[in-house]
Amino acid sequence: MSITAELRKEMKKTTNELSHIEEPAQKQIVYQTKELNLWYGDTHALKDIHLDIYENEITAIIGPSGCGKSTFIKTLNRMVELVPIVKTSGEILYRGRNIFDKTYPVEELRTKVGMVFQKPNPFPKSIYDNIAYGPRIHGIKDRKILDEIVEKSLRNAAIWDEVKDRLKENAYGLSGGQQQRLCIARALAIEPDVILMDEPTSALDPISTLKVEELVQELKEKFSIIIVTHNMQQAARISDKTAFFLNGEVIEYDQTDKIFSTPKDKRTENYITGRFG
Amino acid sequence: MTAREFFDEELRGLQDQLSELCHFAQRALDRALEAFETQDIQASQEIIDDDDKADLLYEEIIDNAIMIITKQQPVATDLRKIIMTIRIATDFERVADFAVNIAKSTIRLGKRTDPSMIGVLTNLHRMYEISNQMLIEGLNAFKEEDVKLAKIVAEMDDEVDRLYGETIKELFNIHQKNPDHINYVTQLLFICRYLERTADHITNVAENTVYLVKGKHIDLNE
Repeated sequence: MSITAELRKEMKKTTNELSHIEEPAQKQIVYQTKELNLWYGDTHALKDIHLDIYENEITAIIGPSGCGKSTFIKTLNRMVELVPIVKTSGEILYRGRNIFDKTYPVEELRTKVGMVFQKPNPFPKSIYDNIAYGPRIHGIKDRKILDEIVEKSLRNAAIWDEVKDRLKENAYGLSGGQQQRLCIARALAIEPDVILMDEPTSALDPISTLKVEELVQELKEKFSIIIVTHNMQQAARISDKTAFFLNGEVIEYDQTDKIFSTPKDKRTENYITGRFG
Repeated sequence: MTAREFFDEELRGLQDQLSELCHFAQRALDRALEAFETQDIQASQEIIDDDDKADLLYEEIIDNAIMIITKQQPVATDLRKIIMTIRIATDFERVADFAVNIAKSTIRLGKRTDPSMIGVLTNLHRMYEISNQMLIEGLNAFKEEDVKLAKIVAEMDDEVDRLYGETIKELFNIHQKNPDHINYVTQLLFICRYLERTADHITNVAENTVYLVKGKHIDLNE
């Protein structure tokens, strides 16, 4: 069969088939998207996305700029709805419940699904207050409990030893890498279930990047992590599964080892080997 | 030139180096067989002296491959191509070593003729011819990423193995009939073994080609 014919055959496969990965029965699905479509006005940004995202795994989303990967993860906590011209169709089941359901309280969703952004965005407050901010909003006033949460979160984010003696100092005094780990600690403070990360290391130096990568690896024991990254090696190093997005579609979704060694789709191979994007 | 075009250029450069090593090994094998068949001691010594060039070419390939991996951090087919080039370079370098071994045996044999050896010498020549063709086609299969051709190359090894078995048996018979031929027979046994091993190493090249294209390990040496 010619390559073109093979490609055509591959493209004919439903996205449903492409998103299905054989997994042991005990693996829990945390997110399941079904026929997810999203439009920014007339622009069709996400097209028929079917993805099963598993618990206690790191799922990497890769693809060229403008392919819809950031849109996709911002849809998972409905942050994308902050853009007024957004329309969606289809379903996103979080732990079996459709997050687009009108009765689903968005605040509850965002308590369960934390987010870390490309640029570290600490609040202009002390290190302590950055972490205590979320728990306080949730009504925790007891100083002792807050102290425990702050320490636990900073420890989990592997930054406790670096900041324990300066908790009252302004977070802006930290380095970029420290600020990003602080933001991860802030996300952990409300004990989420899932952490969404949108290119969390793209603004960091190589050493800070490796620290965040190590941290992400440790965090998957307790949380499910979905990470958008432009760094192929990062996706290959840290993730369990990888989804390749192109022009708003999921072209291929598989075990990370497979995606980076023997991808099924020529477009995936061309992207990861730097032939486009 | 885009970064990807530059990377492709580097990969082509690596392939050119591999072709050069392959052609060097092929020439060494040619010359070793000719020197053996014409009992040319001087030519054999030249083959031994020239082997440093094969080692140098091999080292250059390894250094270049490591530099490309360091700079480009390749994945998928790109990475397999570089790793397989390193492995195949090892096989070609071994073939050049076998040519040297044949040259050494030729020197040890000295100048002598023995009409009872005609069958053995014919078989050895045939083994060389097949190995030589395997070498050329093995390199082509790898360069063209041609799995079909790689499998044909591996199949050619079966005939070399058959000739090897037949020749060994005949050499044992000759030895039993003429025990005083022990040195002569031993050197021919060695040469027969070197040619058989040469074909095995080229079968590895074929296997590495299949791995390059399919990403699966297949034993074609069985």
